[in-house]
Amino acid sequence: MKGDVLIRNVTLVDALGERGPADVLLGEGRILSLEGGEAQRVIEGKGRFLAPGFLDLHAHLREPGQEVKEDLYSGLLAAARGGYTDLVSMPNTTPPVDTPEAVRALREKAEALGLARLHPAAALTQGQEGKTLTEAGLLKEAGASLLTDDGRTNEDAGVLAAGLLQAAAFGLPVAVHAEDASLRRGGVMNDGPLADLLGLPGNPPEAEAARIARDLEVLRYAVRRSQKKPHLHIQHLSTGRALELVREAKRAGLPVTAEATPHHLTLTEEALRGFDPLFKVAPPLRTGEDVEALLEGLLDGTLDAIATDHAPHTQAEKELDLLRAPFGIPSLEVAFPLLYTELHRKRGFPLKRLVELFTDGPRNILGLKPIHLEEGAEASLVLLDPKERPVDPRNFTSKAKFSPWAGWTLGGWPVLTLVEGRIVHEALE
Amino acid sequence: MRHLLDFRGWARTEVESLLDTARVMAEVLERPVKKVPALQGFTVATVFFEPSTRTRLSFELAARRMSADVVSFAAQTSSLQKGESYKDTLLTLEAMGVDAYVIRADAAGVPHQAARWVKGVVVNGGDGRRAHPTQALLDAYTLLEALGSLEGKKIAIVGDLLHSRVARSNVELLPLLGAEVWGAGPPTLLPQGLPGARLTSRLEEALAEADAVMVLRLQKERMEAGLIHLQDYIAHYQVTEARLKKAKPGAPLLHPGPMNRDVELEGTLADSARSLVNRQVHNGVAVRMAVLYHLLVGRER
Ligand SMILES: [Zn+2]
Repeated sequence: MKGDVLIRNVTLVDALGERGPADVLLGEGRILSLEGGEAQRVIEGKGRFLAPGFLDLHAHLREPGQEVKEDLYSGLLAAARGGYTDLVSMPNTTPPVDTPEAVRALREKAEALGLARLHPAAALTQGQEGKTLTEAGLLKEAGASLLTDDGRTNEDAGVLAAGLLQAAAFGLPVAVHAEDASLRRGGVMNDGPLADLLGLPGNPPEAEAARIARDLEVLRYAVRRSQKKPHLHIQHLSTGRALELVREAKRAGLPVTAEATPHHLTLTEEALRGFDPLFKVAPPLRTGEDVEALLEGLLDGTLDAIATDHAPHTQAEKELDLLRAPFGIPSLEVAFPLLYTELHRKRGFPLKRLVELFTDGPRNILGLKPIHLEEGAEASLVLLDPKERPVDPRNFTSKAKFSPWAGWTLGGWPVLTLVEGRIVHEALE
Repeated sequence: MRHLLDFRGWARTEVESLLDTARVMAEVLERPVKKVPALQGFTVATVFFEPSTRTRLSFELAARRMSADVVSFAAQTSSLQKGESYKDTLLTLEAMGVDAYVIRADAAGVPHQAARWVKGVVVNGGDGRRAHPTQALLDAYTLLEALGSLEGKKIAIVGDLLHSRVARSNVELLPLLGAEVWGAGPPTLLPQGLPGARLTSRLEEALAEADAVMVLRLQKERMEAGLIHLQDYIAHYQVTEARLKKAKPGAPLLHPGPMNRDVELEGTLADSARSLVNRQVHNGVAVRMAVLYHLLVGRER
């Protein structure tokens, strides 16, 4: 058999587990064989891992309107470098992505770039104002992957309920940024003794739990009223209490899924002691106990996916003060190595589950077929190198060249990313 | 001590040596010619991202009394959002040869950020709710004048501790000098806890046997934010002649100013012999001279 690329002696890792070594032959955009064959190009995979390409459910690519922070090219290239073959862009751009035309325009432009594949999310409400619903059916036809007003919270429960019913009719998930804005007030870090000590307004963990509790009741209502199954997806869960609520809801059979971010899994509020707005993020970094609870949630399936919430900003904005600097951390290029090192290597978190949280987990949420490493599978893959290297944000492809993890030494870097057999990132030595 | 940002990590001896220097400076200020050449050749910039005429004047006078050159920069916070960053402003001043930056801002941590950007010395002139270390030093200095020593003395801080940089700095500093610090205020204006202070929402508890009472300014915004009701505050937390009977006889009163008479403090008390408010302002210059001197000249280590 003749193929384009042969990756030799590589260990396979996907949601099914770790196995190998295998000689993976790729051609015609598929895995042709796991037993080798002839190829134009041979890559040594010894000591490396081959996994299905990652899918990020939650990235801010800032196009249209804020291309100074990021654009489709820099963002999708950053994604490819991070091992992502697929990515969902958030619609809180300027203007927000709330029409089928806007969704179509993004898709077409991304396709032409030929990097990671873009699955744009569209706004749940017009202008993300929380008042009037967008056209779920037309948005779906235009290629929207989910509906969300992320960046804004959905204050009106009735609108959210209607949105869930509407989206269900067309098989779209509705994702929510769950924070009770009135309880959060002007909070910029986790509310608690440390915030009081540092003199920073706190964002209480209860603000997240309170909103999730409400949203789950709204979901219950939508389930009762709907012929088709609605799907509520909760973004960037950050507290132990919120996790408990989702766990209970799942047990009760509610169609809810949830994600956690790399920063909420590796950093705590302690990072704010130095008053660096780099660590300002919404929801805020929480306590060590919350981190432990999130890890538990990743293991027991309460959390379905790891999503970056990649939120690039300009350096100057992040050099404002903690009240004025924008919320957000850019992380597309480090997410996997970070968690591979901090969770798998240092804490023994199972690699199979970690990979699943980057692949099948998020794919399921979008209703996409899983990719498993077997003959005939789509060759959207990532080759991971366990060799350790320090994080240097100056080399990021993202326009945001700063990182909370700058200087951390990480392994598990993506050295080759393929989308349907096409190489979109290569950093082989 | 390279910068004065807050009192995290400070030792008692450092504070005492700073206050000793302040005594020397106070003496200078009693002289007919209130000027020494100690900081000749140094340039001090007051960089105020939040307006405060009193604090700025106090620092500028302190710098001039020691023959430093003084430049001052006042920014509208609104211009910050328009892309003019703190960093650019500070690096511009650095390029002009500034040695010390007195930074005032409405957000916690700006002086800490500044200290990462400039090569010179940073003095926190008040940052949001976080810290106002020179205010705490002048409070300590004034308390020492009045009480002789702070060892084992009970100091009550009354009012909106949650939003007060003055309270936070005093709670960090006074225990270093041996004082027992109590904080009292309505539950919505109390932090969850501050290392160094015992907090209570019962004013009487904090005032009981207090050796001195520090009254904080109550800001209107707290009422607008629904955190307190003014009349309720006055009824339960205003420091009055009658309530002060719980404290030690003649216990002095401090207030960082500017004062809302008859809100946080009974108006007549403000003018009574117990009030050290003017003494605080007076001592402010000497204390700030000592701080600048220590940071720029007396750099140990
Ligand atoms: Zn969000």
